[in-house]
This record gives sequence, C-alpha cells and structure tokens, in this order.
Amino acid sequence: MNNKNKKQKNESRRAFVQKTAMATGALLTLPMGVEGMARVNGNQKLKLALVGCGGRGSGAAVQAIIADENVELVAMADAFGDRIERSLKGIQDYFDGEKKINVKEKNRFVGFDAYKKAIDLADVVILTTPPGFRPYHFEYAIANDKHVFMEKPVATDPVGIRKVLATAKIAKEKKLNVVVGLQRHYQSKYIDLKNRIDAGEIGKIRSGQVYWNDAGVWVKKRKPGQSELEYQMRNWYYFNWLCGDHILEQHIHNIDVANWFIGDYPVSAQGMGGRQVRNGKDHGEIFDHHFVEFTYASGAVISSQCRHIPGTMSRVDEVFQGTRGNIETSKGQITDLEGILQYKYSKKEANYDTASNVNEDPNPYQVEHDKLFASIRSGGVISDAENGAKSTLSAILGRMATYTGKKITFDQALNSKLHLMPSEVTWDSVPPSLPDINGNYPIPTPGKTKFI
Amino acid sequence: MRLFLTQSSVFYFSLTWILTTLFIGTGVGVAQYENYQEQVPGSNAMLPMVYIEAGTFKMGSQKSEKGHFGDEGPQHTASIDGFWMGQFEITWDLYNLFVSREIDGNQVIKTTSNEAQVNVDAVSGATTPYVEMSFGMGIDNYPAICMTQLAAVKFCEWLSAMTGNFYRLPTEAEWEYACRAGSETAYSFGDDSSQLIDYAWYGENSNEKYQKVGTKKPNPLGLYDMHGNVAEWTLDQYIPTAYRKRNKSVINPLEEGEKIYPKVVRGGSWMDNPNRLRSAARRPSSKKWKRRDPQIPKSKWWHTDAPFVGFRVVRPLKTPSDQEQKKYWKYELTD
Repeated sequence: MNNKNKKQKNESRRAFVQKTAMATGALLTLPMGVEGMARVNGNQKLKLALVGCGGRGSGAAVQAIIADENVELVAMADAFGDRIERSLKGIQDYFDGEKKINVKEKNRFVGFDAYKKAIDLADVVILTTPPGFRPYHFEYAIANDKHVFMEKPVATDPVGIRKVLATAKIAKEKKLNVVVGLQRHYQSKYIDLKNRIDAGEIGKIRSGQVYWNDAGVWVKKRKPGQSELEYQMRNWYYFNWLCGDHILEQHIHNIDVANWFIGDYPVSAQGMGGRQVRNGKDHGEIFDHHFVEFTYASGAVISSQCRHIPGTMSRVDEVFQGTRGNIETSKGQITDLEGILQYKYSKKEANYDTASNVNEDPNPYQVEHDKLFASIRSGGVISDAENGAKSTLSAILGRMATYTGKKITFDQALNSKLHLMPSEVTWDSVPPSLPDINGNYPIPTPGKTKFI
Repeated sequence: MRLFLTQSSVFYFSLTWILTTLFIGTGVGVAQYENYQEQVPGSNAMLPMVYIEAGTFKMGSQKSEKGHFGDEGPQHTASIDGFWMGQFEITWDLYNLFVSREIDGNQVIKTTSNEAQVNVDAVSGATTPYVEMSFGMGIDNYPAICMTQLAAVKFCEWLSAMTGNFYRLPTEAEWEYACRAGSETAYSFGDDSSQLIDYAWYGENSNEKYQKVGTKKPNPLGLYDMHGNVAEWTLDQYIPTAYRKRNKSVINPLEEGEKIYPKVVRGGSWMDNPNRLRSAARRPSSKKWKRRDPQIPKSKWWHTDAPFVGFRVVRPLKTPSDQEQKKYWKYELTD
C-alpha cells in the first residue's frame, strides 16, 4: 500500500470512527486487516519520534532507545527550537558516543503543528508536551497507526478526556500499544502491594489518604519581548489550559494509586483549596493547595491532599485502611488492625551499594519502555490510555470541586462542557486566560466559580 | 577540647574576636580558637562549629582491622591544618534556605575584613526538585539528603556569601582526622561495633530512615553522627589506589579531580552495616545515584537514588585567597 492510499484509508476510518462515536458511543468495529498495520516484524527497525522535548520527554527518549536494540530516533517536535536542540544534546551526551544519535535537521520540527510532521515519520511516538495538547496528539498518532508512550496527565479538561477515551478504544481495536507514564503501575513495590490487596491481605479498602505535599516546582519568569502566548507556553505549569493545576499534574499519581488499589473510580468529590503563599504574578492561575474527599461506590472515602508550599510538612505517599489491615506504600508495609507489622516489601529501591546490585529494583521509568517495546515486538497490546484518562478525570474532578466549592459527581465531570484547551493553537492564538492591567490572572474562587 | 559555647557565643563571634584569640593561640602554643555558632543572616538557623586543632594522624586502616578494604591502605601519616567543622550534619532547615533562596537579601555587607567576598547573587542555585526529596523521613532537625556533591559545594559557597566566612566541604583527610578524634581504632570509641548503638544510626537501629541529628553520643571532639545517620560528602575524587601513591607522610592531602564520579563519601549511613561506618571506610559516589531521575539531562543538583548521602561543612583556620576559594567552589561540571 503506498502512502497516499494509506492516508486516505486512515482519513476515512477517522471519519467513520468519529461518526460512530458520536452516534452511539458503542464499541467500534473496524475493517478487517487493520491490526496488521500495527504489527511489527521481529527485528525490524522501529522509528521513534519525540513530541515535546522537555526534560521528561528527553528522558523517555533515552529509555526507549535503551529498551530496544533497534530503535532509531528519527524526528523531534517542539513549539520551541531551543528546546529541541537542548534535548538532542542531552540525549547525545547521555549515550556519550556509545550509540549514535542523530536527528536530521530537516526532521526537527518547530511550532504548534510540528507534532504531525514528526509523528508521520515514526512507528512509535513519545508524547510529552504540556498535558493540554495530549488528546490532540494522541488522536493523531492513533489515527496514523503509531504505538504510543505518553506522559500523564492525558488532558486538562473533559473535552480532552472524552477524546482520549474515544481514541483509546480505537487504539485497542487497532492493537496499538499505549503506555501511559503513571509509572507506579510499572514499579515492583506497587505491583507487589496491589497483588496483596487483590489477594485479600487487608480486606476491602474502606478509607485512605493520598499525598503530594512539597515545596513546589520551577517558575519561569516573563522575559522582555515575549508574547503572552509564548510566556504562558514557557511558564506552562501555572496555566490550566496547558497544565491543569498541580492536583492534576503531580497529584494524579497518588489519586491514580487510590483508584488502582480500590479497583474503581470515584463517584463524587468535594473539597477545598486556594493560593495562600504561591500567589504572585509569575504564578498564573493555579492553586497552591487542594484537599479533596473522593467517595467511591463501595462507600470508601479517600482524602487527597496536595500542597506546594515551602516550609510545610512534605509527604508523597498513599495509605489505605482495609477491613483486615492497613497498607502504607512509601514504607511498603502491611499492618493488621492492631497496627502490628504483617508484611514488609524488602527489596531496596535505592542502589546504594555500587559494588553489588543485590536486591535492586528495576527503574520503573525504564520498565515502562521495556514493556512497551517488548509488547510491540511480540504483537501484544498494552492499553493504558483508558485508565490514564479516567485517573486524569478523577484529578480534574478534584480540581472542579476545589474551584467551585461544590460536590461534583464523576458523571458530571465526564459530561462537563468545560473546554480549557483550544482545539487548535497557532502563534496567533489568544491564550484562554489573560492577565488584567496589573498583570494578575483571574483566580478561581469557591462559591463564585461556576461548574461548567 | 575547648569548652563548647552556648548560643550567646554568636554575639562574641567577630573578626576582632578571631584575631584576638589567634594572637593568644600562637603565644601559648596551645590552640585557643573556640567553638562558635554561625548564624545565617535573615533566618534563625544556627550552625554550631567545633574547632579542630592542627595535628597529625594515621590515615587509613591496617589489614588486621576487621572489615578493612583494600582502598584503606596503606596507612600513612597525614598532617592537617586547623579548621572548624560543623558539629552536626547540615539539616533540611538549613539546606532549604539555600534551595529556596528567599533570604539572600540579608547577606552580610562585606568589608575587606571578611574572609569571603563572593556576592550571593553570583552563586548558582539548586533547582527545585520535581519529587519530594526527604522521602517522608522528616525535615525539622533531620539531615538533608540526596544533594549532589556539586549542590553541597554550592551550599558552601552560598553560606560563605551569606556570612562572609569561608566555608567548604571537608577534604577526605580532614574528615577522617575529625572522625578519629585521636583514636586509632575502627571507630572513635574503640573496636567494638556492638557499642555503635550508643553512637550511631545505622542499618540495625535506624528503623529504615535517617534520624534527627545529634541524638546519639558525640565523638571525643563533640562531633555528632560522624559514624552513621547520613554518609557525608568530601571534596576528594575517589581513587581506590590513592594511598598507595602517597608518601609515608603527607600534608593536607586532597585528591583533586575533574571527574564528577566517583567522589568520596564517608561515615556510612542509616542503611549500612557497621563495617561501612568505620572511621577509615571510603565509599565512591556513582552515576547510578541518579538512576531514577526521569529527566534528561539528569539533574545537576539532586541524586534521586541517594537518600543516604548528606554533608557537613568546614571552615579552615587559614583562609585561602579569593582565587583559591573559587577552586573549592567551582565544579561547574555537568553529566
């Protein structure tokens, strides 16, 4: 099949998929033979494209190259050329001549539409831009039959979530592998604890506390000559259309563990939050703390707290109380209802002893790619996108609860018309949030901010 | 050892005071430099410093010592100039002042009498880590961990800029000299590792986490946690055969090296067996201490996989020139 035919076929399938999804939302049936496109012969070279060339994307590219002997990084895309050059140098420096990494200059694509050009050249794509873009990039990658590694969160608004869910179904049907960077699912300790929960070691989970409390992350100052859009793109952590707030961007890991261990998604959420300390003009529109109560169908309640305030108690952890015992993930331990230790995960997570690698756990960030490429080679299908979308939505639900001060249900969130991320962004686009004449952005206010 | 001063000693601490004691010191042939508490301007953070007088000691260990490793020999004599050393490992309370850089405006106004002239604006700052680096083990009065050697070096430069006094990491020789505190045994209290429980936090008693600094017995110089709690950065490049290349007697040895890895850490940690806590035990740093850093380039400032490494600072009695100071702080290397 030549490229032109392939493209036409893809387009018609996409149209078909969209119609079907809109009309019924039912499971899709696809034309025969589609799965063949996704399959890769044993040792055939796999071409890799990196879309979003920040530190995490560059790290993921390195892990992909390590994961499989016959992977070649052929294309890179970013909104900014300097990010691509820095990323490529970082990847080259990492391999230090051990592997030749050379992306042709003509295959380094800059701009908002760069992702399409890079994805077109690849078999496997890494999607690591700020999360707001993810649904659109994921949709394009799957429409064009690419295997995907994408970072969490997978969207910043429900419109994006619905797109990811629809695309996840298509990916499954096409037997395309999709790994989402919720790396606790690929971390030995968490897998071990999850197996123990499923084996009934703590009974049924009734409550839990999940935390991402620390000092916060980087801030990029506004530079003279920057357009508002460029400034927001550089300082993206602080703008909801791009980032979704830290309850989404970081704390999703812990909320996702709650969902995973309970085996369900929350039915509703209510909570509180605000910006007490990190509230300058450089800090866009996001909160610096959220405290949310998630209620599950079983009646289990999870308290979720995330805080970005220096000098306060730091904790990144997940703790659960079951009908027979308790579990604390950071310590990797299970206690009974009297608090007596029943089990302790014993492998060392940190490699201290450089002389011997005894008891060393594998690096979960590497495992993600090891599994992805092994699955591609063996014709398997990893389908992380649906959970990625639903855990992302859980965090969005939490954000909706703290921003509005109302109790919101999962279904309300799923069907919400909130549309933060423009469907298309160009350098002429006006960002969805703009500062007032004093340089301050509109801040969500509980009781006033409406649920949309 | 000199009387340890109370907190009020900070008020006595001034250049005049130093000069005065210096004269007295040379006069009587016995060092009179006193311990003091450094206060970081713009904060309540106190940094008690213990004076370690100049002297010679046997560096390394003999094959007959239980747990001896090849890199600890041959034993040789090292002469060390006088210096002050932090009584405790640097805590998160102090380290976070360097990470957040919110009190920089309070740096001392430098005059020619200050040991260090560096301006705080010129000191590069550690990035905020994406993951929480205390791993839930505690902040208040707990030792800072997971910093790279570069970050520890830059903390010293920052502290110097803030206070006007010259601080740096200890050399490996200074560290061992201070740790031994005159002892020639495996530990500063003797050879019996069963006594470690009184002096150190290590694998068997740490409950799998670091502990508050200064909660076990100090060594004869008044230094706490030289054995255990967190392993401590030194300035030296780790060269397993370094001692073999040295003369029988050396003065202020320092293995300078441009390579980021391996550097020497000393003292063992809360994760270790007693063997690793011995005064002579040396351990190389490794690139693998950043194994799980998900970013490329990996952070210059944080070792995601080294929750066992921290540091303490020293201030040499003889202040090096501005040029030499920069050498101790340079390390503008990346990996």
